[in-house]
Amino acid sequence: MRLLTHNMLQCHVKKCTDPALNFPLQLQDIELEQVETEENEDLLLNLINKVDYNALTTTAAQLGLVGLPNAIPKDPQADPAFMTRLHEVLLETNITQGKMACRGCGHVYTIKDGIPNMLLAEHEI
Amino acid sequence: MQSTSSPTAPHLPTPNLSHLSSGQDYANVYEPAEDSFLLLDALEADQSLLLETVRPQLCLEVGSGSGVVSTFLAGQVLRTDSPPTDYNSTATLYVATDINPDAARATRKTWLQNGLPDHSLQLVNTRFTEGFHPRFCGTFDVVVFNPPYVVTDPAEVGSHSIAAAWAGGIDGREVIDQFLPMIPTLLSPRGVCYLVLIAQNRPDEVVSIMETHGLRGEIVARRKAGIEYLSIARFSWP
Repeated sequence: MRLLTHNMLQCHVKKCTDPALNFPLQLQDIELEQVETEENEDLLLNLINKVDYNALTTTAAQLGLVGLPNAIPKDPQADPAFMTRLHEVLLETNITQGKMACRGCGHVYTIKDGIPNMLLAEHEI
Repeated sequence: MQSTSSPTAPHLPTPNLSHLSSGQDYANVYEPAEDSFLLLDALEADQSLLLETVRPQLCLEVGSGSGVVSTFLAGQVLRTDSPPTDYNSTATLYVATDINPDAARATRKTWLQNGLPDHSLQLVNTRFTEGFHPRFCGTFDVVVFNPPYVVTDPAEVGSHSIAAAWAGGIDGREVIDQFLPMIPTLLSPRGVCYLVLIAQNRPDEVVSIMETHGLRGEIVARRKAGIEYLSIARFSWP
């Protein structure tokens, strides 16, 4: 899964409702790879509206991925360096295996074959 | 169903599924059948609506299984050499979920086998859209679900294996009825949702239920396949 997918997911254990803690999930023991992909400006502009940018920069920093500014530039299209770095972090950074832990309730979701497993047991829903 | 195209108009090609084999993959993942193909036909019939009016930026398939539907939507219906407008289909993001991890892997295989870019498909092993951040409420421009609609013993509902692809419990409605109230929370203002149903699911009643949720519904395709009377319901905001 790309970091984009991680940015879309949160803990959904029933009692875990604090939005400050159930998102973003904490990546642990992950295997990372960079997958070179052609940059697509329209796709990035679409994603800028969909990404939680604060969560993205927090996660990127934890993974040692530097170079994203603290805030989205006012005119991102006019900032090719930003667009390229966003592309690399969001769409080229791929997690093949690992875990995502909730900072609220501690629930751990696994990532296998690049696919996150968000299924919960009956009593957790 | 009314159609303005000529009866000889060529169909869009069905995605290449040669990488999936009946012995291995289809033991654990639902093999595309008449219900899947009727859904593809309904999407194809709506190509102009989708390209000109909906102009999807975010698409969701629940229960993506083999991946044939999302791959067809992305690779055939929305990707066209001559878009009617400035719509850029390569900027569209796709989300696919399945409760069955083997199905999620098959979805990705089919997507890649048909030349679609890995990074534009976000695959998650989950029920419906459980685990997605609430900011995605009301943002999906296309929502597609070929649900487990077969009338079965209720005890068969809720597995994470291939039975999850078809076991629908009483009237085949148990999973469908869980999904219906989610549709209005998923659809963007211009969004459309396509749902496969059979006669035993009482499609007209499903449409009425969605009207109580404020959505307009209609049956846009029908076909008899073996013992099943299949239909495709389409929902959108009035």
